[in-house]
Amino acid sequence: MEDMYEVVKEYVIDEYVEDDSEVTLDTPLISGGIVDSFSMVSLKRFLENKYNISIPDDKATPEAFDSVNKICALVKECIG
Amino acid sequence: MAYSDKTRGMYNDILYGLQDAGLFKQERVIHSPQAADIEVEFPTGSSLKKVINICANNYLGLSSHPDVVKAAHEGLDSHGYGMSSVRFICGTQDIHRQLENMVSKFLGTEDTILFPSCMDANAGVFEAILTKDDVMISDRLVHASIIDGIRLCSAMHDTFKHSDMAHLENKLQLHHDRRLKMVITDGVFSMDGDTAKLDEMAVLCDKYDALLFVDDSHASGFIGKTGRGTHEKYGVMDKVDIITTTFGKGLGGASGGCVSGRKELVEMCRQKARPYLFSNTIAPPVVAGVIKVLEILSATTERRDKLESNTEFWRKGLTEAGFVLKEGDTPIVPVMLFNAKLSQDVSRDLYQEGVYAIGFFFPVVPQGQARIRTQISAGHEIHHLEKALDAFSKVGKKYNILGKAKQEIIEMYGM
Ligand SMILES: Cc1ncc(COP(=O)(O)O)c(C=O)c1O
Repeated sequence: MEDMYEVVKEYVIDEYVEDDSEVTLDTPLISGGIVDSFSMVSLKRFLENKYNISIPDDKATPEAFDSVNKICALVKECIG
Repeated sequence: MAYSDKTRGMYNDILYGLQDAGLFKQERVIHSPQAADIEVEFPTGSSLKKVINICANNYLGLSSHPDVVKAAHEGLDSHGYGMSSVRFICGTQDIHRQLENMVSKFLGTEDTILFPSCMDANAGVFEAILTKDDVMISDRLVHASIIDGIRLCSAMHDTFKHSDMAHLENKLQLHHDRRLKMVITDGVFSMDGDTAKLDEMAVLCDKYDALLFVDDSHASGFIGKTGRGTHEKYGVMDKVDIITTTFGKGLGGASGGCVSGRKELVEMCRQKARPYLFSNTIAPPVVAGVIKVLEILSATTERRDKLESNTEFWRKGLTEAGFVLKEGDTPIVPVMLFNAKLSQDVSRDLYQEGVYAIGFFFPVVPQGQARIRTQISAGHEIHHLEKALDAFSKVGKKYNILGKAKQEIIEMYGM
């Protein structure tokens, strides 16, 4: 199975990073201004399609999406 | 009285913070009508200075045009000063209807509804038309008023990278299952002066069954062969479902805006858009003025043609002088300086030389992309532009940036 951490990181970089700044597993994405909370929806939908899960709206908070590590924890929780 | 010293102190701290950060906006007071030549009091209390204005949205030079002023006077006499009502109670006059019909005809749309401003049009339109089952997909550089409108709407929201059609297509695929999809863009982007690729966007919207929304505030009246806007420029007059635009820029510069497009969507706004339902109707003299503007622009393309040739002259002049410009073909011509302080210094020195132009820097534009945004008008004569070019050259020479590439300017002044 693909490494989920790499998949999510790659997606975040392709989608949101327009210069060559580095993103690590702990880089603050939303509070750090890389992902605006507006654009979070595509990340959520990407994860749902990719891992065949449904992330409840009350769990899809800016805090839960604030780093690659946190996102992967959330996805794992949803996979069950 | 509950406005305590503590509360006052809190606000003063915030305001001082803005000043310290160089983000405090200072207004320059103009003592004359809006035009190419204006009289400005700056700093406050100083004597009036005559300067050439190259930062107004007065693209067609109609803001103080004698025929428009006369029409507004006549409208004042025939229809009064104000209506003291929103549209649906007792605020709709014959001239409001007449203007709506004229706008539809001018833009080539099915129907039009007036709003107090384009800010209001953008604030109200999405919520009136879309629901939580739908998705709005907007360019990442759309105007602040669109962002506010999007925030007020319950539909899902996503963005695509500026003018990146492959990315837009990804997003249309990602959201294929929504009831309605709406692609949202500015026609002309106000900070860079580039235009949305409406021809390609229309093809994508056809392919993925999406609505196309364009804010043509910086285009209506002069972009396209007969000035109808970006949809004319890109040959997609019948493919744009909703256009919003303002009467506060090229179209006379007073105030007011509209939503124009498919008649059912316009009717939804009439029934449901909150800024339309709960804010006063446009004042009669303003309506009469805009009617005259559309009459002038429908009769001849003279003004937009002059704007086009002025713009070419200006771009060529600045390029030959050795400035770095943002590529484009609209009357918005950004002179790139990259460094925020440099943009402020150049603006100040230009003012000393009799040219009024403003420096923009982060957060209005991205970090490291500070610039002087110049805006050309059909109200400029070649002698205005020549004088302004001389001033730019003189100031450019002082800072030693003429003929220098982006990298060299950044090396000298930093980002
Ligand atoms: C793209 C765009 N849309 C809307 C507006 C707002 O127009 P109005 O002044 O009519 O509210 C502006 C003006 O700043 C604008 O640049």
